[in-house]
Amino acid sequence: MKVSSKRRFVVLAVFGVIGLIFIISLFRLQVLDPTYKQYATNNVLREVTQYPARGLVFDRNGKLLVYNKTAYDLLITPREVTKFDTTLFCNLLDISIEDLDVGIKKATKYSPYKPSILIKQISPERFAVLKEQLYKFQGFRTQSRTLREYSTTAAAHALGYVGEVSNRDIKKDKYYKSGDYIGVSGIEKTYEKQLRGVKGVKKNLVDVHNRLQGSYRDGKEDIPAQIGKNITSTLDLDLQLYAEQLFQNKKGSVVAIEPATGEVLAIVSAPTYDPGLLVGRVRGKNYSKLLADTLKPLFNRSLQAKYPPGSTFKPMNVLIGLQEHAINTNSRFTCSGKDSRPIRCTHNHVTPTNVVQAIRESCNAFLWNTFRAIINNSKTSAEGFNAWHDYVASFGVGQNISSDFSNGLKGDLPTEADYNKIYGKGHWNALTVRSLAIGQGELGVTPLQMANYGAILANRGYYFKPHIIKEIENDTISQSFKIKHEVQIDKKYFEPVIEGMSQTVHNTNLVYTSKIPKIEMCGKTGTVENNHGSDHSVFVAFAPRENPEIAIFVYVENGVWGSRYAAPMASLMVERYLTDSISTRRKYIEKRMIDANLLNPIQPK
Amino acid sequence: MAKRNNIWANIDWITILLFMLLVFMGWLNIYAAAYNEEFQSIFDTSQRYGKQLIWIGAAFVFAFTILIIDTNFYVFFSYILYGILIFLLILVLFVGKEINGARSWFTIGSFGFQPSEFMKFATALVLARYMSTFGFKIHKLKSLGIIAAIIFTPVIFILLQNDTGSALVYFAFVLVLYREGLSGIVLFVGSLIAILFVLALVISPLTLYTVLTGVTLLVFLIFSTKLVQFGRVFAAYLISTTLFFVLNLFVEKEYSFADILVAGSILGSVVILLISLQKRLRNYSIISLVFLGSIMFTLSVDYGFENFLESHHQARINELLGIESDLLGAGYNVNQSKIAIGSGGIWGKGYLKGTQTKFDFVPEQSTDFIFCTVGEEWGFAGTSVVIALFLFLLMRLIWLAERQRSGFSRIYGYSVAVILFFHFMVNIGMTIGLMPVIGIPLPFFSYGGSSLWSFTILLFIFIRLDASRFDQF
Ligand SMILES: [Zn+2]
Repeated sequence: MKVSSKRRFVVLAVFGVIGLIFIISLFRLQVLDPTYKQYATNNVLREVTQYPARGLVFDRNGKLLVYNKTAYDLLITPREVTKFDTTLFCNLLDISIEDLDVGIKKATKYSPYKPSILIKQISPERFAVLKEQLYKFQGFRTQSRTLREYSTTAAAHALGYVGEVSNRDIKKDKYYKSGDYIGVSGIEKTYEKQLRGVKGVKKNLVDVHNRLQGSYRDGKEDIPAQIGKNITSTLDLDLQLYAEQLFQNKKGSVVAIEPATGEVLAIVSAPTYDPGLLVGRVRGKNYSKLLADTLKPLFNRSLQAKYPPGSTFKPMNVLIGLQEHAINTNSRFTCSGKDSRPIRCTHNHVTPTNVVQAIRESCNAFLWNTFRAIINNSKTSAEGFNAWHDYVASFGVGQNISSDFSNGLKGDLPTEADYNKIYGKGHWNALTVRSLAIGQGELGVTPLQMANYGAILANRGYYFKPHIIKEIENDTISQSFKIKHEVQIDKKYFEPVIEGMSQTVHNTNLVYTSKIPKIEMCGKTGTVENNHGSDHSVFVAFAPRENPEIAIFVYVENGVWGSRYAAPMASLMVERYLTDSISTRRKYIEKRMIDANLLNPIQPK
Repeated sequence: MAKRNNIWANIDWITILLFMLLVFMGWLNIYAAAYNEEFQSIFDTSQRYGKQLIWIGAAFVFAFTILIIDTNFYVFFSYILYGILIFLLILVLFVGKEINGARSWFTIGSFGFQPSEFMKFATALVLARYMSTFGFKIHKLKSLGIIAAIIFTPVIFILLQNDTGSALVYFAFVLVLYREGLSGIVLFVGSLIAILFVLALVISPLTLYTVLTGVTLLVFLIFSTKLVQFGRVFAAYLISTTLFFVLNLFVEKEYSFADILVAGSILGSVVILLISLQKRLRNYSIISLVFLGSIMFTLSVDYGFENFLESHHQARINELLGIESDLLGAGYNVNQSKIAIGSGGIWGKGYLKGTQTKFDFVPEQSTDFIFCTVGEEWGFAGTSVVIALFLFLLMRLIWLAERQRSGFSRIYGYSVAVILFFHFMVNIGMTIGLMPVIGIPLPFFSYGGSSLWSFTILLFIFIRLDASRFDQF
């Protein structure tokens, strides 16, 4: 045991050596080594999210539509806050003491240790003043964000807006953190992934006074933000602005499409709003204001309004009749005008009419006969109706054709089942559903679908899904835009119909308001019955007749007759688009259209 | 003689005072670490410092109870206690709750219980009981086998819980065995292995083998009676290394200089070993053998590290040794911890004035990294006081152990000292970056009922044994 008891000294020595090593290390660490003292005034590794600039949006001619401006968020880390001059603070930021109190409480509840946004989107001017004074306020720092800025007030609905992410967005996609921005509607929503870019992280060392001590490990661990991709839209800013000008003080919608590609040239939902209103700190307030507006400026009529197409639907019914051999190009039907049964015809014209004349005169009697022949072409009315239904569906009616629009509706196309439900199986026939013959009844078509219908007429039988994006920088657009959708009508049946549409513009009273010099526009007017006020004015058209460059649909609520507003407005837009100007002798029409105020639902006949 | 039976008169109050000081300082620092403006009442039991207060109270009750129980209880019940705790260690594998990747906790409501903490004193008791039996000889194979079984049975089950830190503590018992007569060679070889292990991972192979060769040559020089003899040794290494160097020029695959050095050293050592065995030069045989063994060991460390250790252990060891600085992963804790301690300076930032040691920057602030708070708020003054107190306690325990008349009490006393020492060494070493981040608590300081109670029981059983040292046979 003698040897063993001496070993206590070895054990004690081991204890002592470790203790000594610790004391020496701590002395070095705490007293000698200045590196930790440099961090020391309280170095904090601060991860600063780097927000990439959102991609820019251009029109089809390279004109800038949407860009960015810088704003600043003020962040608070409650634990780090020491006593500060609240009056000065509130003055600098233009907020009330109560707001500040509520904000700090909310931030503390979120986390006393983590920074959270106290005040959002401080303007660069205010920020410049604040920056000078920020050192007086411990626990506060700023981060820069980019906000959207619009070069014009045009295309608010199409471009959409950016808003803060909702809890649902955060749950759905881990990329988003509370306080991030996300496209809420329009292009901003559909092309969110391309436009937003990818957030980065910068790691900074900051001392207790919020002074930057430099980047962490020389920025080796920083992840740079990837800037958003620029997007070229199919919109023609000039046409868009012109259409919006024509639609001032009116309700309704315009959609113009390039038939050869399906590219949307202009898309208006009137009344519109200044997209700049939904940016920055004023967004919430303005949004509620727009939401409360009885004219529903936030409602995107071009994609979501389901209008009955009225007489503009007639060329389609005639095409179906020809294809089904229910009628042929020589078919003639007598019209008794107001005495026509079961559908009255609205005005006097030559009788009997053939296809061309019937379209020119918009003859209800001819259309009724055609429709009845289509339905009765099969063994049962239901079978005949189903054949008709499939033709109409191939025109995109009742289908979702809104490829890259964020919230397009399908519209309504009644089915056999619908009518069986209403009338009972076998208890309905062509007479029962006769309003379909003249584009009324259970039909609900969006302006986008109607413009697409215009493009089908222009193309003599096919369409490309209407889309609003032409190019994405360093990326490709959807291949689905290049797929040709054929309707089930032979090309040869289009000529008589198109001749009728040409005569509509050139051989009726429309010639005074809607004929474009040197350009042959083909169109069809419509007047949609309205029980709540004056009827709606509708017009579908394309031009020129050969190699059409534009198909257009115009819907003017309470415009009384198709020929009164919709057709002249469409002709002006087509002229503007094709010739870049309005001919001098049509200037007075332009003025009349722009000046017209149709916001009162009752207009003189 | 009346005095001998009065345990209160024979209790070592100095140890109890040290214990109370450490517990009190620990609690002050837990309060600082978890300090929260919204919950300023120190008695708020929803906060850690409030809970710790309850646990401290309970610890005192345990301590008092231990002191009034007869010492024979610990001797006779040691095996049963050991058995029960082994059973709990197994049970926890099946019904335990996983916390931080280790399945080592029983939870009953909000109360947690970690059997591996209590296993330590049971193991110490059994070891003391077995090694103090009459006629015990440490170097008998059977004795070593039983000792290994006593120590490694809990280690195996704790490793199965994935709680490496707690398992490593049992290696501290090697110091107890050393005190009880285990050959010093074991300690020497153990230390050599530990040092080589670290060096193998830290420094480049070339540097390592150069140093190793240099040291070996130096040792040869010291043990050489004639310079000519040393010259021959030196020549053997030089020639074999040169041989490989020249060979390298003729092979297609180019070997690094470190590889050549290793091959040369091995060949040289084998030659020297064979010659010295033949000529019966004992010192030379041993030195060349140790050198050969060291090279083999370092080679296998590199291989084993890559192939057998789990990646998070690799990362932690790598970080400790400064090989890979993953400052957001394993290195984050240590870096933040060092910043916190380093920023304390000489006198510290003042109580509750610490800025680093708040939740966000140093994780596990009130448990494993409680020493950071000491470092930041009390500075070098505070940390040296804490280290001094621990060293004083450890030395006091050794002193007390040596004055025991019974082997049982002495062995148990040593066990207490080395267990506390191991925790002290690893925990503080970890916070200042000298040890890998192994999550074991700082005795009496760290937050947590299980650890506080187990250390209290561990210590007070020894205080009780010491108090009745005069009664012992
Ligand atoms: Zn008619």
